[in-house]
Amino acid sequence: MWDYTEKVKEHFLHPKNVGEIPNPDLDATVGNITCGDALRLMAKLDKAGRIAEAKFQTFGCASAIASSDALIDLIKGKTLDEAATITNDDIARFLGGLPEAKMHCSVMGMEALQKAIATYRKTPFTLEDEGKIVCRCFGVTDKLIEKVVREHNLRTIEEVTHYTKAGGGCGGCHREIEAILARAHGRAPAQAAPAAPAPRAMTNLQRINRIQEVIASEIRPLLQADGGDIELVDVDATHVQVAFRGHCAYCRVSDVTLKGSVEAKLRELVDPEIVVEDVGDKLDKS
Amino acid sequence: MPRPPAVARVAPPAPLPCMKEGIMDKVIYLDNNATTAVAPEVRDAMEPFLRELYGNPSSIHTFGGRVAHYVEEARERVAHLLGADPSELIFTSCGTESDNAAIRSALATSPERHHIVTTRVEHPAVRNLCQLLATPAPGRAHYRLTELPVDAKGMLDLGEVDRVIDDDTAVVSVMWANNETGVVFPIEEIGALCRKRGVLFHTDAVQVVGKMPINLARMPVDMLSLSGHKLHAPKGIGVLYVRRGTRFSPFIMGGHQEHNRRGGTESVPLVAALGKAAELAEKNMAVEQTRVGALRDRLEKGLLAGAPSAMVNGDREHRLPNTTNISFEFVEGEAILLMLDQFGICASSGSACTSGSLEPSHVMRAMGVPFTAAHGSIRFSLSVYNTEEEIDRVIEVLPPIIRRLREISPFGREKLAAAK
Repeated sequence: MWDYTEKVKEHFLHPKNVGEIPNPDLDATVGNITCGDALRLMAKLDKAGRIAEAKFQTFGCASAIASSDALIDLIKGKTLDEAATITNDDIARFLGGLPEAKMHCSVMGMEALQKAIATYRKTPFTLEDEGKIVCRCFGVTDKLIEKVVREHNLRTIEEVTHYTKAGGGCGGCHREIEAILARAHGRAPAQAAPAAPAPRAMTNLQRINRIQEVIASEIRPLLQADGGDIELVDVDATHVQVAFRGHCAYCRVSDVTLKGSVEAKLRELVDPEIVVEDVGDKLDKS
Repeated sequence: MPRPPAVARVAPPAPLPCMKEGIMDKVIYLDNNATTAVAPEVRDAMEPFLRELYGNPSSIHTFGGRVAHYVEEARERVAHLLGADPSELIFTSCGTESDNAAIRSALATSPERHHIVTTRVEHPAVRNLCQLLATPAPGRAHYRLTELPVDAKGMLDLGEVDRVIDDDTAVVSVMWANNETGVVFPIEEIGALCRKRGVLFHTDAVQVVGKMPINLARMPVDMLSLSGHKLHAPKGIGVLYVRRGTRFSPFIMGGHQEHNRRGGTESVPLVAALGKAAELAEKNMAVEQTRVGALRDRLEKGLLAGAPSAMVNGDREHRLPNTTNISFEFVEGEAILLMLDQFGICASSGSACTSGSLEPSHVMRAMGVPFTAAHGSIRFSLSVYNTEEEIDRVIEVLPPIIRRLREISPFGREKLAAAK
C-alpha cells in the first residue's frame, strides 16, 4: 500500500515542471532505465546568475516524479551557490516526508542538482567522478554512500539501501557498505565471521546430530563417488566410531581415508577434539 | 472500586483512496491472482459456524460431532473439484503452509536423498523455502537445489527436467501456473517424467484451482497445494493433496486431526467456506473458460491497440484464461498503478518499486524481459465477477496514463516518435 503524503500525490499526479529546455545552461542526468529510475534536470540562468527557468524529465515511481517536481520548485530563483546547499532532506521535507524505502528518490534529486552545477562549473562531480563504484547493480559510489551515511547518521545496510539503493540488488557489496558504515561511525570494521567452528559448549545431542549431518552431506557423497560408504556406529562425547562399507571396507588405504578425510572433516566442521575409530571389523565379527 | 476504563473506541479505517467520494464510487478489481472477493454464497455457508454450530469436530458429544459432518462434506466438495478422493486432502491454513508441508514431507520421507528440483519462477512459498534448504547452516541438513530456467516466453524445457533429475533427487516441485504471467506448465508431462524416474512430484496449483478443470485421478501428481482465497473463499484456508499411498510426514505436530497428518483444531468456518467455494468454482468453470477468457482477450487487445510499445509477457497459448501481463516500455509500473488507483482500478506490477526489492520481479528476470520493459510490467487478473463495462473503462483510461507518463519520462522519445 502506498504511504505517500497528499503533497507527494499532488506533485506526482500534477507535476508543473515537466519538460525540456532548448539549449539549457545546466543539464544533467542521473540514474538509468536499468536501475528503475532516472532524472534529467535542465535549467537556464538569468543575467544575475539566478535559476530563471528549470524543467525535469523522470523515469521512475511516483515518489521519483514527485521528488523531481519538488526539486525544481526548490531551486527556482536561486543562485547556484544557494541551490548547491539544497539537500535531499529539503526535498523530502518539501513533500511532507517520504516513506523510508523511498528516500533514494530524494537523494536522486540532490545528485542531479549537484551534477548539473558541477558540470556547469566544469568542476569534478565528486559523488560520481571521484568515487569508487561500490554497488555494481545500481552504480553507487563510496563517496555518495559515505555522504548520505554521515548526513543522516545511517546505521544499517538496509538504511543505506533505502537512501541510495546501494546493496538492494545482488547484495555482493554488503561487506563494503558495512566497512563504510564502520568508517563513518569511527568503528573498527566488523571482523569477517570466522569459518564457524562449532561452539565448544555443544551438547552431546547437538554434537551427534551435527556429526550425522556432516557424514551424510559431506563425507558419504565423497566415499560413494568411489564406490565406498560409511556408517556411523556410535558417538561417545568426542569419540566417534564408524564402519566403512562398500569398497572402503576392503581398501588398504582406508586408514588414510579415516584420518585424512573423515576425521579431518569432522574436526573442521563439528569439533576439533574429535577422534574417529573404525570399528567395522569388530562389528562384523560380533 | 475504581471503574474499569472505558472501552477504547476503535476508529473505522479510512476509506480507500479509490473509494473517496467524487473520485470513484466503484472499484474495478483486476488483481484476482493476489486475492479474490469472498463470494456471497460462501459467506452465507460459513455463517452457521460463526453462530450456533461452534462445536469442535473432534468432540465426543453430538453437538461437536455434528460439526465434523460438515467438515467431511466440505472435503468431499473440494475433492470433487480436484478429481481426488476426500481421504487424500489435508486442510491447512494457506497455500504457503501446503507448499512447506509438501516439500518438507518429501525430504523427510526420503532421508537418503539430498537434491531438490524446482524452477526459477516459483512463488516465494516454494522458492524461499528451497533456497533456505540449500543454504548450509549448522544443525540442519543441507540440500542441493536445481532451479530450472524458463525461456523468453516463460516456458520450461521438458528435456531439461529429465536431465537434472538424478538418483539423489528427493522431490521435484513445479508450479502448475505462474502467478505473474499466467503461463501454464506441462504438469502431466513433468509428473510422468518424475514417476518414471521414481521421484516425488509436488505442484503448487494455487493459481490453477478454480480456473482450469483438474482431474487428479488421471494426473501423475503426488502432492498438490491450493489456497482458498484465490477462489472466492476467505484468507486462512488451504489444502494439501497427498495421493493415496504417498508417504507423508506431518509439518505441524499436534492432535490427531486430519488423520494425524496436520495437528490443530480445524477452522470449521473456513473449511465450510472452501467447500462452498469449490462447489461454485465447479459450477462456474465453463464461465471462467469462456467469458472470463474473452474479457481478458478484449482487455489485452484494447490495451495493445491503445498504447504503442507495449507487449504481452509470457506464452499466450499456454496461459490461464484470466491473466494477462503487459509491459509498457519506458514507464515505471508503480507510477502506472498509482494513476490507475485514482480511477479505482486495482492491478499489480513486477516493477522494482513494487516487488519489495529494488529489482524487477524474479519472474520477469528469469524470462529475460529487458529492463526497459520489466519495470513497466502490469498484471491484470480477472474473475467471474468482472464485467465488460469494467474492462472497457480500463481500455479507456490506461492508454492516456501511459502517454502522460511517457511525456514525463526522458526515455523512448525516438522509438515512440518512429512508431507514430
